[in-house]
Amino acid sequence: MISVSEKFYFYYFYHVFKHYFSIQQIGIMSKVKVTLKVNGDLYEAAVNQSKTLVEVLREDLQLVGTKIGCQTGDCGACTILLNGKSVCSCLTLAIEAQNKEITTIEGIAKSGEELHIIQEAFVNEGAIQCGYCTPGMVMSAKHLLDKNTTPTELEIRQALSGNLCRCTGYARIVKAVQVASEKINQSVTEK
Amino acid sequence: MSIRNFTYLEPKTLKEALSMHAEHGTKSNILAGGTDLLIKLRHHSIQPDFIIGLNSIPKIDYIKLQDGELAIGTMAKLSAIVENTEIINHFPALAHAASVTATVQIRNMGTLIGNICNASPSADNATPLLVYDAKVVILNNVENREINLDKFFTGPGKTVLEQGEIVKEFLIPIPSKLTGSSYQKVSTRSKVDIAGVCVSALISLDKDGKITKARIALGAVAPTPIRVYKAEEILIGKIPGIEIFSEAAKIAKEESSPISDMRSSADYRKAMVEVLTLRALNESLESAKKK
Repeated sequence: MISVSEKFYFYYFYHVFKHYFSIQQIGIMSKVKVTLKVNGDLYEAAVNQSKTLVEVLREDLQLVGTKIGCQTGDCGACTILLNGKSVCSCLTLAIEAQNKEITTIEGIAKSGEELHIIQEAFVNEGAIQCGYCTPGMVMSAKHLLDKNTTPTELEIRQALSGNLCRCTGYARIVKAVQVASEKINQSVTEK
Repeated sequence: MSIRNFTYLEPKTLKEALSMHAEHGTKSNILAGGTDLLIKLRHHSIQPDFIIGLNSIPKIDYIKLQDGELAIGTMAKLSAIVENTEIINHFPALAHAASVTATVQIRNMGTLIGNICNASPSADNATPLLVYDAKVVILNNVENREINLDKFFTGPGKTVLEQGEIVKEFLIPIPSKLTGSSYQKVSTRSKVDIAGVCVSALISLDKDGKITKARIALGAVAPTPIRVYKAEEILIGKIPGIEIFSEAAKIAKEESSPISDMRSSADYRKAMVEVLTLRALNESLESAKKK
């Protein structure tokens, strides 16, 4: 026989935890394994299905070059390349990014070299102050220069319009992209 | 604020997506480009248990000509709209609007149909689609239906889409030869920002230079993107000129009912409706004459 007090405990625990159990039943809160191909390397992580790509890159894969800013797609600090196209990794679910080529700031320099031509130009032209917007800026610049190696100033400004910088006033950033485009063209003609 | 957890469903066909959407009802949301949905999820303004991602469905990002119409598939990205030569040739106002929608990154992610289904009164791409007489093809589990875009919006963020329905494609008839169109926009953060006011116009001429078809659509100045039927009517059969265009622009101004918000004041919006309508009509006429 179950005593009255035991009945009370069953009743009590049922009501306290019923919400939790019902959520478990429909499969929410369970983590899933995602496989991501970042900068040519395969990574696996068990993550919540609601986790965004930038959260997984930073928290699970320790690739903290990509920054989190506004989380609403306005500032561009989280810009990465997905199959060669620039996207906001704060508005992309990690689970959606499987089976796609992900390129982050950590992966753009050629192996054996420390910096990509665009990164070098940013350093040399003084296009960096606090540095928070820089990875996103560089990725947007790369997306532009991959398609168009001789952009005009207007095209550069349009290409960077999704990246906000609160320090430099953009002039040096635009200059850095111009210098990078010249260097890229030089290295092409030399070959 | 972190996003509340959900189960991600990955249908392989639109049919499968429909049955998932029907099964989970209001507990599920459709994810296309994600640029609006993820923000709503993060701000907890929606809290679905299931997200149905259309990302893995093959071949629904088409933009193709068929039977004198252009068909735009549900996953066609804004960046694809900007670059597509058929759209640049036949629907320049749409290409223009798409090219000034948000930023490079958002255009690489967001879809044209998603932009319209979110039914923002200021959606950049709604007004050009309205002047081109776009039709919306809607899928559901019972019977597919087609609806004209001017009957699609019912309020801010609201459309005629019912629970469990998915938009399959837009069909836009190719305009006649002597047709010109134009898109005009004012906003604060130049191109990037949501439009403070946007206006699209379309003018078709006959061989004698009379107007046979006119369309004027306004964005961000009413609860939904609207067409100004009254102004369109007075243009029909007329020889285009500054006087008749000014009259149409005045009617457009009167027909608009803007609100004041962080982007613009109501008065400014009203004034801009007149200016932009006149500009859009003039530009449409110029490009119609060139053909």
